[in-house]
Amino acid sequence: MTRKEVIYAVLVLAAFAVLAFIPSLPNSAAVLSLVIPITMYTVLATSWALFSGPTHYISLATAAFYGVGAYMMAPALEVMPYWMVLPIAALSGALLAALVGAMTLRLSGVYFVIFTLGLAEMVRQVITWYQNNFAGTRGNYVFVDINDAQIYWQLLALALLVYLVGWLINRSRLGFAIRIIGNDELVARHSGINTARAKILLFMVSGAFAAVVGAVMTPRFVYIEPAMAFNPEVSFLVVIMALLGGVHRLWGPLVGAIPFALTWEVIASNFPAQTVLLMGIAFLLVVYYIPSGVAGIMEKVYFRARQQRREVSHG
Amino acid sequence: MQILITGILLGGVYAIVAMGLSLQYGVARIMNLASGEMLVAGAFAAFWVVMAHSFSPYVALLWVVPGAFVFNWLIYRYLLLPLVRRAKSRGQLEVDSILVTFGLSFALVGIFLMVFGGSFFNYSYLSRPVEFMGSRYGLNRVVAFWIAVAICAALWYWIHYTRSGMAIRAVSVDPVSAGLVAIDVPRMSTFAFALGGAVAASGGVLLSTFLTFDASVGIVFTMKALIIVIMGGVGDMRGAIVAALVLGMTETVVARLVDPGLTLASAYLLFVLVLLFRPQGLFGRSTT
Repeated sequence: MTRKEVIYAVLVLAAFAVLAFIPSLPNSAAVLSLVIPITMYTVLATSWALFSGPTHYISLATAAFYGVGAYMMAPALEVMPYWMVLPIAALSGALLAALVGAMTLRLSGVYFVIFTLGLAEMVRQVITWYQNNFAGTRGNYVFVDINDAQIYWQLLALALLVYLVGWLINRSRLGFAIRIIGNDELVARHSGINTARAKILLFMVSGAFAAVVGAVMTPRFVYIEPAMAFNPEVSFLVVIMALLGGVHRLWGPLVGAIPFALTWEVIASNFPAQTVLLMGIAFLLVVYYIPSGVAGIMEKVYFRARQQRREVSHG
Repeated sequence: MQILITGILLGGVYAIVAMGLSLQYGVARIMNLASGEMLVAGAFAAFWVVMAHSFSPYVALLWVVPGAFVFNWLIYRYLLLPLVRRAKSRGQLEVDSILVTFGLSFALVGIFLMVFGGSFFNYSYLSRPVEFMGSRYGLNRVVAFWIAVAICAALWYWIHYTRSGMAIRAVSVDPVSAGLVAIDVPRMSTFAFALGGAVAASGGVLLSTFLTFDASVGIVFTMKALIIVIMGGVGDMRGAIVAALVLGMTETVVARLVDPGLTLASAYLLFVLVLLFRPQGLFGRSTT
């Protein structure tokens, strides 16, 4: 690690340490109900961008992974303690991602997008069918004693983990391979990179994170049924936040998730009937007017300022 | 036998839904994830005509087709053409158009929810049985099938036997070379996109005569249409028709023998088989 990286690492850890004290603030219940969705979407959007950022393969399946994690919580709790469910959720998310990846990522990106588009809906159908015919119930009660503060801490830990993993991948051979694939897949293949393997591995990481987030969020609801767990809005909001923030930097989705989640709270409480329409319009605005995200704009401003300073000092 | 014929009846209607998408993707090169919403718009229009004026739902075709044509023309002209111009490469255009049509699909669902609410809709039209080879079929399904066949035949004739149809095929094969032989490629693409939207909306009118629908069901039909287009091979009309019939039959078999709630899962099963064994489409030649 260079000196600069050490400084960054210390700053990030300090920020997380400060954030961990939010539950002990006065009036923390109201604050928590705001920061939990923000943290959740930050983790989801960052893990989405881990894969879709460098490869340009748009995954529309976050809700499927989130749902798998969320939905397995209730039945799993009957046979094992809570802390064991999380790694199993991560494994199932990675497994689902591996299956989807094995079928589509060897071919062109179009197949991948199509496959992920309906995935959440398809998994929901299969689970509903299974429960109707073999389990006799639709939906499950989640009995576990975990309060909002604990959920928040878990999400915070996940956020730290996603940044750590993202940073490690970026400096690994896998990250290097993925960047080449994103720039030119043909070149990558010709320089001996197993492109399918690299893409599938990264997609598995991304899917595992989404599944764990789903599992962590479940105790907030007492009762969960397929339509709640596999909510297509999750996929949609994740993509829009990541794009708004910018997907080419690890911290990009963060600067998208915070303002968007805050605005979203306001919109959802004031215009409950128009949320879906406003969501679609917001999405279109981001794609047309902020194609490289807030992170892209910030970098442009920063570099321009630095260049001007340099010109002044040289002039 | 009854299952097979019901499947073919359903597949016929799927065929025109997929044909609409195929025009948009094969010619205009826009993978339209909002195609299912266009279909739902057609279904709502038919519902409105039946409920408010108690006309036959097919009266709705008279203004659904031109309405959807104009609407899709505007979408392509003002939302997608700027992207076509901005895109530096085919891949960039693909990513941008996927994102835009994905956003558009949510915006349209939002409009449906606002206007019609979130409940399920259906109406009864020609729901009496007809007898054919010892089994009974809903008359509404039979009528929808024949109208779909008529629309398919008209499209087929237009694409294969007219001058403008030939221009469309040329753009679909190679947009750059098509421009060299004095085909106005942007105009042809706009036309194909608008026509594709109109065809998808008319598919919605047909489906609404025998299926229950709601504001957010569009994505399921987008999925099915995409699977049919991929299975048939992009730009291959004959393949799309065969694929639509296969999908219609598979769905009917699964719905009757296993569970009616698994229709999308059965479509996925077909999709997986195609991806594993014939990713170039049913009749496609492998391009290595």
